[in-house]
Amino acid sequence: MAKLTQKDVENIAKLAKLDLNEAEKEKFANQLSGVLEYAELLNEVDITGVEPTAQVTGMTDVTRSDQVSSEKVDQQDIQVNAPTFEKGAFKVPHVFK
Amino acid sequence: MINLTLEETIEKLKNGEVTSEELTRLYLARISEVEPKLNAFITITEETALEQARESDVRRKAGKTLSDIDGVPMALKDVFLTKGIKTTAASKILEDYIPPFDGTVTKRLKESGCILLGKVNTDEFTMGSSTENSYFGPTHNPWDLDRVPGGSSGGSAAAVSADECVFALGTDTGGSIRQPSSFCSTVGLKVTYGLVPRYGVVSYASSFDTIGPITKSVVDAAIVLNHIAGNDPMDSTSTTVDLPDYRTFMKEDLKGKRIGIPKEFYGEGLDPEVAIVIEKAKATLTSLGAEIVDVSLPSTKYAIATYYVLVKSEASSNLFRYDGIRYGHSSLKKQETRDLRSDPAGKNQNLEEVYLESRTEGFGDEAKRSIMMGTYTLSSGYYDAYYLKAAKVRTKIKEEYEKVLSDVDVLVTPVSPFPAFKIGEKKEDPLAMYKADAYTVTINTAGVPAMSVPAGFTEDGLPVGMQIIGPMMGEGKIFEVASAFEKAVNIKNKKPNL
Repeated sequence: MAKLTQKDVENIAKLAKLDLNEAEKEKFANQLSGVLEYAELLNEVDITGVEPTAQVTGMTDVTRSDQVSSEKVDQQDIQVNAPTFEKGAFKVPHVFK
Repeated sequence: MINLTLEETIEKLKNGEVTSEELTRLYLARISEVEPKLNAFITITEETALEQARESDVRRKAGKTLSDIDGVPMALKDVFLTKGIKTTAASKILEDYIPPFDGTVTKRLKESGCILLGKVNTDEFTMGSSTENSYFGPTHNPWDLDRVPGGSSGGSAAAVSADECVFALGTDTGGSIRQPSSFCSTVGLKVTYGLVPRYGVVSYASSFDTIGPITKSVVDAAIVLNHIAGNDPMDSTSTTVDLPDYRTFMKEDLKGKRIGIPKEFYGEGLDPEVAIVIEKAKATLTSLGAEIVDVSLPSTKYAIATYYVLVKSEASSNLFRYDGIRYGHSSLKKQETRDLRSDPAGKNQNLEEVYLESRTEGFGDEAKRSIMMGTYTLSSGYYDAYYLKAAKVRTKIKEEYEKVLSDVDVLVTPVSPFPAFKIGEKKEDPLAMYKADAYTVTINTAGVPAMSVPAGFTEDGLPVGMQIIGPMMGEGKIFEVASAFEKAVNIKNKKPNL
């Protein structure tokens, strides 16, 4: 299960939205295979009837009152980080063609 | 003046022996002096610092100080969002990012009157154990410039240890406060998950990330913790309980304390010089009146595998927000300058390309590797085999810690199997780097608190820290043992030869 091929790496890269060159694909295939193989150690553990832990606080359904926060953010402060901004809006490429 | 602890500095400011502006100038001068050797700072906020210092002095003269730490110069790991001040997470993808808001902890320290000297170095997105994964180059260990300061809060630990600030904040997801503290001879506290709110701190793994102080002494950590801990409505995982004044836990002896020694942390792989320092430390604890109890944590064997599967899965999800659309490095700007005459409506701009280019250009190797691994372990067909399995093992680890810690006050272990290694030594072997975190990652997996306190040095003069692990919300117990130990070992005034 653990030995990743270049094809595996290409599929993962596609899902992860990363563009890798040939050298990187090989390097990551080796490094990731090593780590994933090590992760198979977990097969030794008896987990029958064990519930997974998503977070350790034990708290559930934490809510706050539905009131508008008094904290304000200036559009200027947001705009300074925007790659492209026009007429008060983020300018982005078409999502649908 | 700059080698004083926070507690001592507070006294000097109170007595009027030094003003905040004088103190800040001294620290800025020190930063100028040693930064060429250390590279601990990514951004130095000289003007802001002096302005804040002057305001602090005005307040103090008028008898209106904001808190006990009003006027104290500190540094923040460059993952703490600071409004109007570049916050990069040591990544090219956030190289020019200027946050539009302060994170909660940033705000709490600001409202206490602290002076921000600058933002310190870290591994990119806090992924790493050496600060070598920073886009801005590695930080050097003040005790031996050829060696790493540890990571990911290597900038914070190096800056505190070299007296470039009175204290610093770091984050700890798998050891990132404790291990650099061990490598640099500082006190480093990883708090109970949820004790200090994470709003406005760049996320690595949301169910593991914690925020904590890196300081020159144990009581300093208690003073800082008083100011940053406590509920925040912006962080739904933050604690809702009333918190004590952590300074009340300082002790001089350990009579009646039960200290557990988990055998799994003392076996194969532990550097003999580290073992010697820790053995001496155990003897010190006994001489202070503590009872040493042998315990076992069998899940330790699975700690690294559990941790890395979960953490990389969460990281891959957290890093999806860096897409070149709202902020951060983007190839959109480049596309803007493509031929506007042939494509005025931008219909040829390809969304997918923007994602791919922005992310590929912006992320370093470890970030990419982490995203890839997490994407794989969460993907359909592999989710059960890796992520779900690890999440179940996590439950067993957590229960094991609860059981063992119900019978003793704290556990004591080494922090790292070895002292600071040479820069470049482990960088190309990610699995070796991961295995170096053997003694720290289980603590984050269980959610419990732990502190690294300076315990001694190797023959070559490299610092060795001792890890004190407490039960959930048991910071008080840790402070008790750490304070008594620190007094007995008496090395907190030892400084690196810079």
